[in-house]
Amino acid sequence: MAGGSVASALQRVQVAPASTLGERLDAPGGRPPFPVAEPLAPLLPGGGLRRGSVIAVHGSLSLLLALLAAATAQGAWAAVIGAGDLGVLAAAEAGVVVRRLALVPRPGPDPAPVAAALLDGIGLVALAGAERVPAGARRSLAARARQRGSVLLPLGRWPGADVELDCRTDSWHGTDDGHGRLRSREVVVRAMGRGAATRPRTARLLLPGPDGAVAVAIGHPAIKAVG
Amino acid sequence: MVPDRVVVIWCPDWPVVAGAAAEGLAARIPVAVVAANRIVACSETARTQGVRRGQRRREAQGRCPELAVLADDPDRDARAFEPVVAAVEALVPGVEVVRPGLIALPARGPTRYFGSELTVVERILDVVAAQAGVECQIGIADGLFAATLAAHRGLLVPPEGSADFLAPLSIAELHQPATGFDRIGTGRGALVGLLHRLGLRTLGAFAALPVDDVASRFGLDGVRAHRLAQGLDERPLARRHPPVDLTVTRRFDPPLDRVDAAAFAAREPAEQLHTALAARGLACVRLGVGACTEAGEELHRVWRCAGPLTAAGISDRVRWQLDGWLTFRGSRPSSVDDSTLPAGFGGITVLTLSPEEVIGGQALQRGLWGESGEDDERAGRALVRVQAMLGPDAVFTGVIGGGRDPTDRVRLVPWGDDPAPARDAGLPWPGRLPAPSPSRIPAHPLPAEVLDDAGFAVGVSGRGRLTGIPHRIAVGGNPPRRVLTWAGPWPVEERWWEPGGGRRCARLQAVLDVAEPTDDPLAVLLACETGCWRVEGIYE
Repeated sequence: MAGGSVASALQRVQVAPASTLGERLDAPGGRPPFPVAEPLAPLLPGGGLRRGSVIAVHGSLSLLLALLAAATAQGAWAAVIGAGDLGVLAAAEAGVVVRRLALVPRPGPDPAPVAAALLDGIGLVALAGAERVPAGARRSLAARARQRGSVLLPLGRWPGADVELDCRTDSWHGTDDGHGRLRSREVVVRAMGRGAATRPRTARLLLPGPDGAVAVAIGHPAIKAVG
Repeated sequence: MVPDRVVVIWCPDWPVVAGAAAEGLAARIPVAVVAANRIVACSETARTQGVRRGQRRREAQGRCPELAVLADDPDRDARAFEPVVAAVEALVPGVEVVRPGLIALPARGPTRYFGSELTVVERILDVVAAQAGVECQIGIADGLFAATLAAHRGLLVPPEGSADFLAPLSIAELHQPATGFDRIGTGRGALVGLLHRLGLRTLGAFAALPVDDVASRFGLDGVRAHRLAQGLDERPLARRHPPVDLTVTRRFDPPLDRVDAAAFAAREPAEQLHTALAARGLACVRLGVGACTEAGEELHRVWRCAGPLTAAGISDRVRWQLDGWLTFRGSRPSSVDDSTLPAGFGGITVLTLSPEEVIGGQALQRGLWGESGEDDERAGRALVRVQAMLGPDAVFTGVIGGGRDPTDRVRLVPWGDDPAPARDAGLPWPGRLPAPSPSRIPAHPLPAEVLDDAGFAVGVSGRGRLTGIPHRIAVGGNPPRRVLTWAGPWPVEERWWEPGGGRRCARLQAVLDVAEPTDDPLAVLLACETGCWRVEGIYE
C-alpha cells in the first residue's frame, strides 16, 4: 500500500530510476530511436537509429536500405540525396516503403543546403558524396540533425559520426557456374563510433537475404578469405 | 412560342478531320472513324466510295479497301475543336459547344452588333478559316434543331420559317448524333425506323400528328422528337462563359531585392488569389509563379501539389520561389536571411500568380484514417522546400509497377504528381528477374566485355546460349577481373510484335573477383543486346 503510493508519487514528480537514465539520454525529447530490422539492432547503440545522431555507412547501398526499412514501414520518412543510381526496386525488396522514400538525385554542386532543408522535416536523411562536404557544413548539419531529432546517414567517411558502419562483402550464394541465380550475400558489418558505440562490434549478416531483406547468417559454409 | 434564333457552326465529319490531322493523313485518303466496330464518321472521299455511317467496319473496308480506319477518340476530337471554339468565342461571346464539330450561339446579339445575319456568317467563316484553319458551314434558324439542319445545307432560314423549312425534310433527320460524347447506342434510330414503317416519311407529316396521340404511342422521347419536327426547341441554349482570368499581378516600386521584403510581399497577393478561387468554389493544384526583374529577365515556374493549396500554402510557395530566385540565382551557396542581390541581376519588379490548374472544391476528399498525418505533412513541406531550391523536377518518389527489368519496373514521379505506375504490376511478366534486385542501377549502362579463358569475346547465340564460358569480365574500361561464379543467360524477347519496337536481350549475373586486396568482390547484372554487353545493375 505504502510502496504503491511512493511509486505513484515518484511518477507524479517524474522521477525515474537511474537504470533507465541511459535510455532517456539516448532519446532527446523522450522520443524513442527509429527502429531497425532485428539483425541490425545489436550493431547500434540503443538498438535503433538514435534521433539526432549521425550514422555513417560505408561500402554498401544495401546496408543503407536495410537500415531505412523498419522505420519507413512504421510511418517515418526517408530521403536519399545524390545516389541517382539507387535501385528503388531493391529498396522495396529490402522492406523500405518506397512511397515514403524521397530521392533527390541531383542536389547540385553543394548538397549541404538541401540536406539541411530535408533534416527539418524528414526523419532519416542519407547523403551520398559526403566526402565533398566541408568540415564547417558537416558540423552544422550534425547540429541541425541533433536539434530536429532527425538522423543523418552519410554514405562515406564522416569524421565525427556517432556510429560508422562498414560493410565488407564476403561471398555470394546461389550461383553455380551457369546454374542458379544470385540469392543472398554474406557480409561482415563492423560498427565503430563514439560514446556508447566505442567498442567495435561486428555481425555476420545476409544482405540481401534470400527474400531481399537483411537476415542473420547462420550455418553457411566456411568463410572465404576476403582480399 | 417561337424559339430563339440560333446560329449553328458545323464542321462536317469532325471526328475524321481531327483524327486525320492527328495521324497526319493526306486529304485524298479515304478515312473512317470506328467505334464498337461501327463507322461513326467518314470522309467525303470515303463516302463517294460507298462508306456510310453505321456500317460494319468489315463491310466498309470491303467497299473501299484503301480505307484508313481510325479509332474513335472523343477526347482527341474535343481537343482539336478547342481552337475553333476559341476563334468563334473571340468574335462572339456566349457560345455553346453542342458536341465537337458543332457550335451554337444566339443570333440576336451578333446580328445587331454586325448589322445583318449575312455579315455575321461572313465574319465567322473568315475567322474560323483564318485562325483555326478548318472549313465550316453555318446555318441560322429558329431553334437549335432547325439551325443544325440549316447548317448541314448552309442555309439562312427566314424568321418564323423553321416549321416550313423542316416540313419537307426526311424523317431520318431526327436521327442526329448524340449531343454528348457517347456516340454509341444513342440517337433516335429505332424511332425513325418505326415512323418510316408507319408511313410518316417527312418531318411535316410527323409534326401534323396531334401531340397527345404521339405521347400515348411513342412516349417522352417521341414527344421531344415531335417538338423538334414542329420547329420548337427541346431546350434553350446553355451558353459557355469564357473562363474568368484569376491571375493576380503585383508591381513593386522600389523593386524587391531582399528575401524578407519578398516574404512580406508574397502574402497579400496569395490571399487575394485564394479568396478569388474560393469565391468560385475552386482550389488550386498547380500554381504558376512568374516574375520580371529589373534587368528585364522573365522568370516562371509551375508548382504542382498533391493537395489543394490553402492561402498559407500559396504564400509559402511564392515566398520560397522568390527566395530561390533571389538567393540561388545569385549563385549564393546557401540561403542567408537578409541577403541582397548581386549587382546586374536587379530586383523583382512584377510578380504574377496564375492558377494553372484548378479543381472544384467538391472533388477534395482528405484521408479518413490519418493518411495525411503529421509526419507526412512535415516531410511534404521539406520536399517542397527542396523543390524551391532545385526546381520541381528535383525530388522524386519511386512507384513500382510491372515490367521485366529493374529499370522498367520503377517509375520516378516528381513530388506532387500523381503516383501512378507506368505498367500494371498485377499482370504476369514472364521472364522478369526475381529478387534480389541490384541496389545500383547506373543511369547510363556501362559497357562491358565478357571474355572466355582464351581471351575471346563471349556472345549469345540466336538460341539464347552463351558461345563460351565467361572467364574474365571488364567493366567500363577497367582491366578485366576474374569471374568467381556466374549464372544465366536468361534470354528475353519483348514487344517482338511491334514494328521496329522489339527488343531481344540476354541477361547474365556474375560475381567478379577482387581487383586489389582492399576491394570487395563485385556482383553485376549484365545484359547482351545486339552483341554488346552492358552492366545494367550492380549488387552493392
